[in-house]
Amino acid sequence: MNPQKLIDEDQFGGVFRVHRSVFSAAEIAALEQANIFQRCWLYLGHESELPNAGDFQRRTVAGQPLFWVRGNDGRVRAFHNSCTHWGANVCRVDQGNAELFQCFYHAWTFNNQGDLVSVPDDAAYGEGFRKEKMGLVAPPRLDSYRGLYFMSFNRDVEDLVSYLGDAKEYIDLILDQAEEGWRVVPGTQKYSVRANWKMFSLNSLDSYHVRPLHSTFFKYTESLGPGDPPPIPPTDFPGPQGRSLSLRNGHGVDVFPSLARARPIAHWHPILGEESKEEIRNRRARLVEKFGAERAYLMCNTNRLMLIYPNFALHDIAGVSLRYFEPVGPEYMEVTVQTLAPCRESAALLNRRLENFLSFLGPGGFAHPDDIEAMESAQLGFRAGGPEWIDASRGMGREATALDELHVRAFWRQWHANILGNAKAERYHDLRSEGETGEGTGR
Amino acid sequence: MSSGRDDGRDQKVAALLLEREVESFIVQEAALLDEWRLDDWLALFTEDARYTVPSTDTPTADPKEALAIINDDITRLRGRVERLKSRHAHREFPWSRTRRFITNVRIKEIINDEISVNASFLVYRIRSGQVDPLIGSYSYTLRRVDGGLKIATRKAVLDLEALRPHGTLSIIL
Repeated sequence: MNPQKLIDEDQFGGVFRVHRSVFSAAEIAALEQANIFQRCWLYLGHESELPNAGDFQRRTVAGQPLFWVRGNDGRVRAFHNSCTHWGANVCRVDQGNAELFQCFYHAWTFNNQGDLVSVPDDAAYGEGFRKEKMGLVAPPRLDSYRGLYFMSFNRDVEDLVSYLGDAKEYIDLILDQAEEGWRVVPGTQKYSVRANWKMFSLNSLDSYHVRPLHSTFFKYTESLGPGDPPPIPPTDFPGPQGRSLSLRNGHGVDVFPSLARARPIAHWHPILGEESKEEIRNRRARLVEKFGAERAYLMCNTNRLMLIYPNFALHDIAGVSLRYFEPVGPEYMEVTVQTLAPCRESAALLNRRLENFLSFLGPGGFAHPDDIEAMESAQLGFRAGGPEWIDASRGMGREATALDELHVRAFWRQWHANILGNAKAERYHDLRSEGETGEGTGR
Repeated sequence: MSSGRDDGRDQKVAALLLEREVESFIVQEAALLDEWRLDDWLALFTEDARYTVPSTDTPTADPKEALAIINDDITRLRGRVERLKSRHAHREFPWSRTRRFITNVRIKEIINDEISVNASFLVYRIRSGQVDPLIGSYSYTLRRVDGGLKIATRKAVLDLEALRPHGTLSIIL
């Protein structure tokens, strides 16, 4: 397949389709590794995971074993998890606190800033051997935005803030909900999907599937009785139908009213428990006071499904979740999910927040297992032959609602640019005329 | 007339009978799940019951404070069974085949009417051309109610480092 032709767009006829080979071809997977995973910013972790000097965590990023650590100097660094002598992993547990990382093979020892500090019998080495040049190797770029750390294997990647594009606004809208800051709750859901990784990117943006696929979840929550009635929206955005938005650079978001459903910040529903009512209402009142009625409404009464291109989903629905996923071959991916909680939330509300999260989300929830089934089923469907394309035309030519696929098309345009060796797509939106770009927040 | 030796023997017999009763209860429970007799299975639980599966990296954490995989009270457990019986739990429609091997059943402690029990499990889930083994241990609190046993807590701790390549925990583990 000619890479130019992997995406077929008829802007005026309102058709956008993607060739199915992108989900299984080994050549495409190799191009993705080189042009996407070795070029983009990739999510690494949240600052609350390394509160103290010496704290470290292992991570695999783009299939490469790394670890990240807060040094004695207070700085956060990531390192390739490989001794500079003969290559063994120097960090061999998932997390902990250490001043030193000693390789178990020949006992070369590195400090928590990556310097090689000790080599047994170093008198055996000649003058050309320089310990100061044999420290642990760091991926060339590491930066953070509001406590979210990203790294890149690409020395020349643009700075993180400009990479995040308009996604910044939505990160702010989520993280501003807890004035005291957020922490990653212990407990990591690690699972996999027997499908191409891009299926997860698409599923993470899409709410068109939610009603048909997740009917058992709605049946369950509706059986618990009504939540507080939603307020009358003080703003036209995102409107009753919600919005599907491109946030530039391949990022996108789906924003829609949460109606009477539970939001730990900050809308009460029976699933959050009688004991949490007051705390939730107080939090809402403080947000109105601090940010005004419109922004507080967006924080408390709308949900967000956001994808930071290429493989990091920041979801603000039924709790705030951090989901990152990466390919292990064209037809298999590994997924990691964590959740954030406000640093000063009561124990009772934290418990309810987690229960609410688990009702929908995760590999044992009432909804997400069916997402995984759908992705795996599509992967099998691609082997069936017959149709050559998947369709992503929904909502072309109108102001895209939350059920439309504008953000999905923005993802594909960025993806296609990367596959063709370009850093950016020429455009992310559908329409170019009359200033109607379909981008930004609409606010 | 009874001798001291006979008293010891009675105690041993009572302990053996309890072990047999507990093991038989757990094996019967596994059979209900393998046969997808979910309403009969649900009837084994007390009203204040909990069914939990911790995340693989925090096997000893309290699910009130740490993100688990499953943390069901009786309301959510009923919802889970309802969902699995519907045609719309797509990950389990049609139902997977499961085969549960429950061994190493040990009574840990008896306090009043509650018996703490540990057991090892190997549960195979078979579906869509895949055979996925789930390996770990159960901790039960069984409560004596009206002469029979009921489940008050049921925690399944996975030895797996991740749900890979399983992807989900869509069956009842």
